[in-house]
Amino acid sequence: MGQVSLELNNRLHAAVERIPAFPKSVQRILELTRDIDCEPRDLVAVIQTDPVIAIKVLKVVNSSYYSLPSKITSINQSVVYLGLNTVKNLALNFSVMGMLPHQNAARFDIQHYLMHSLLTANLARLLVDEFADGLVDPNDGYIAGLLHDFGKVVFAQFMPQELLQASAAEAEQQIPDYEAEQQFIGTDHAFVGAMLTERWQFPAELVECIRDHHQGFGSSALGECLYVADLLAKYMCIDHGEHLDQALADEALPRRFSDSDILRALGDRDKLMSEADMFCSGAAFK
Amino acid sequence: MKIKFWGVRGSIASPGPHTLRYGGNTTCIEVRTDADSLIVLDGGTGIFALAQSLLQRLPVNANIFLTHSHWDHIQGLPFFVPLFIPGNRVKMFGAADPVTGNGVEQAMAVQLQYSYFPVREAELKARMEYQNLNIGERVQIDDAIVTCTLLNHPVVNLGYRIDCNGKSLFFTGDHEPHYNIYTPTEPGYEDCQLAIEQRRDAIDAAMRGVDALIVDSSYTREEFKTKTGWGHGSFDGAIEMALRVGAKRLFCTHHEPTRSDDELEAVFAEVMQRYAGSLGDLQVDLAREGWEIEL
Repeated sequence: MGQVSLELNNRLHAAVERIPAFPKSVQRILELTRDIDCEPRDLVAVIQTDPVIAIKVLKVVNSSYYSLPSKITSINQSVVYLGLNTVKNLALNFSVMGMLPHQNAARFDIQHYLMHSLLTANLARLLVDEFADGLVDPNDGYIAGLLHDFGKVVFAQFMPQELLQASAAEAEQQIPDYEAEQQFIGTDHAFVGAMLTERWQFPAELVECIRDHHQGFGSSALGECLYVADLLAKYMCIDHGEHLDQALADEALPRRFSDSDILRALGDRDKLMSEADMFCSGAAFK
Repeated sequence: MKIKFWGVRGSIASPGPHTLRYGGNTTCIEVRTDADSLIVLDGGTGIFALAQSLLQRLPVNANIFLTHSHWDHIQGLPFFVPLFIPGNRVKMFGAADPVTGNGVEQAMAVQLQYSYFPVREAELKARMEYQNLNIGERVQIDDAIVTCTLLNHPVVNLGYRIDCNGKSLFFTGDHEPHYNIYTPTEPGYEDCQLAIEQRRDAIDAAMRGVDALIVDSSYTREEFKTKTGWGHGSFDGAIEMALRVGAKRLFCTHHEPTRSDDELEAVFAEVMQRYAGSLGDLQVDLAREGWEIEL
């Protein structure tokens, strides 16, 4: 995917400004911010697990207004730069903008999206730590995972009919989601995710790996970690990861991973699953 | 370059017999460059007395730099009398707010509303200009350069450094040294700490070697422990900062509104005793309303 029309480009940018946050995070933010002594850590935990709020906070801290010497991908660091109260009020503003409806015209499964994004985020961070230590900032891994499918939320919210058609074709023709999106929308979620993060001046490496996350290996260290994380997260969502070995066996792993046992490096997979599950169900916020 | 303190009180004006010596007005500092250009740092209630002093020499050309938009730093602005006299020029500088998107002009617009003030903004007679500053931006005011730095407060707060012919000052406005929201064993600690150290280094660099460092020193170290996140500093924090950046003089300001002159001197004496022998050439004073200093 190279280009989209100017009209589609404008439509997508305008769309993201108005994207509401996820229901569980909105509830939790409203709840937390009612208490003047709310624990900053709790607030950061909510922002970190909501792709919409996270992307908006990062957009502010990376804006030319703050003219920071390097790009920030960590919500923790954003809190230091912006100040806790500013982040709190930004989050509150985004929350007040509304929530993504559970039921939507595109029949887009929000819970599944969130689960997959969180798992990919945590897996990508772990993989970076283990296999790209010193080359890549683990925060970049986390944010890449959290945001890699963000384009789907944009489609679901603002192009529901087109996404519905794409999903139907995906199932009928047994083609990958991005191919179906290209057919019915004119672009795919990877391209849109990259376009948005680029516009918001996220680090170039992060933009590239979101754009290329269906392209397989051969990209950057961050891209390779994201690719594997995405793959693992998909399998973990299908059968809680029972056949993960098989998934990896089908791939020609690049040298970075070949000497090591990825699955062993990931440690307790059940724990990873239940953590992501907990955030998606809102249980962690109780 | 000359400095004059017109308001040194934090949070709310506190007039009365107990604050006669240090003054009860909220933040306002007059700076005169060598070429006698006027720079005003913040428009707390202290700006009213400054305004009176300016009327003897018209027209007034004032450059007001707001550190941030909290009431105690903007409350005096509608009473800045030169605004009502034709021929004067007032230029206001400050930060835009990333949450609301409003610029520095909001500090006036919000106060000059029918319900709150008899004069509307459109009725001001002076020529008004506003300039929103980007963080780190430098502004030339005749023979001086003003540079702004992002500090840490519950709303965007810019610290200002003014350089004029080899002399310099830095005013923090309201500032709390950054703190880590995690304990050292928690996962986010290091990530957070990295940013904190970067911020501290950047702020230190902006203050490096100034002749006068004017710092929010609201609390004693004991009080400070219970005021985390309130956005203010302590005497101890201010002294340590001044020593770190090699400032020549430190002025502690933003005095607690509940502290009487006697109490203020008592807590200050206690701090000074603790630092006796470790200050080197650093001279430390409490800022006092009406005090004029030539750098």
